[in-house]
Amino acid sequence: MNLRRDVFQAIADPTRRAILLLLASQSMSAGAIAANFDTARPTVSKHLQILTECELLSQEHNGREVYYHLNAQGMKEIADYIEPFRMMWEHRFHKLESVMKKYKRKK
Amino acid sequence: MERKTQVHAEAGRQDLLITRVFELPVDLLYRAFTEADIVQQWMNTHVIKLESKTHGSWQFETLDPSGNVAFKANGTIHILIPEEKLVRTFEMENAAFGVQLEILEFKSIDENTSSLQMHSIYESVELRDAMLKLPFAYGINMAHDRLQEILQSLK
Repeated sequence: MNLRRDVFQAIADPTRRAILLLLASQSMSAGAIAANFDTARPTVSKHLQILTECELLSQEHNGREVYYHLNAQGMKEIADYIEPFRMMWEHRFHKLESVMKKYKRKK
Repeated sequence: MERKTQVHAEAGRQDLLITRVFELPVDLLYRAFTEADIVQQWMNTHVIKLESKTHGSWQFETLDPSGNVAFKANGTIHILIPEEKLVRTFEMENAAFGVQLEILEFKSIDENTSSLQMHSIYESVELRDAMLKLPFAYGINMAHDRLQEILQSLK
């Protein structure tokens, strides 16, 4: 799976966003996560699978249960993604500041 | 370049927040967004129209090095409060990004420092994310601009 392309697809879904929010503070078993949604259990499992494939979630096997927790590195990928956008504004604002400093001297 | 500009874009939201502190008094920061000849200089675009007033409208156009239109955008100015607030729409022409609502707030910190907060609201989460990916294309222009700056400094 192409991580860079699909990570945004993964978080575009409201149920998957809700799962990420749910796991923000604790790790949970698949069953406990599913209990928070009206959706059928296999549908929740499918969402968990997509989030895991995109490396936003990590799995941990504990006995017969599978526990899920947020993958900090995967979440950081989202932050890295916006870096070129940030740099574009950094560059523009840097220019704005140097242009306006000339006006400041003219005053 | 320092990391003065901050972009807050939370996953799964259809908005984003850009903040920056400028070593400029708030009146100069405000002028940089409302006077056509100044906007042209830092946005690297031609300002076709910029009616800086409540119920005004604006139009920008950028040409590529061979003179073809590379980028065209327009919008209306919803609210303009001098040195305080600018509410406008932004729409890139011939692009599938929809229209954005932009709320810009200018604040004076002291006589030589001011801050800008720019809140952009997109039509959907998907369109915001698509727009965030766009600067990979801009990156090429940025490198080009930088090269020009260097060449000019060598003159």
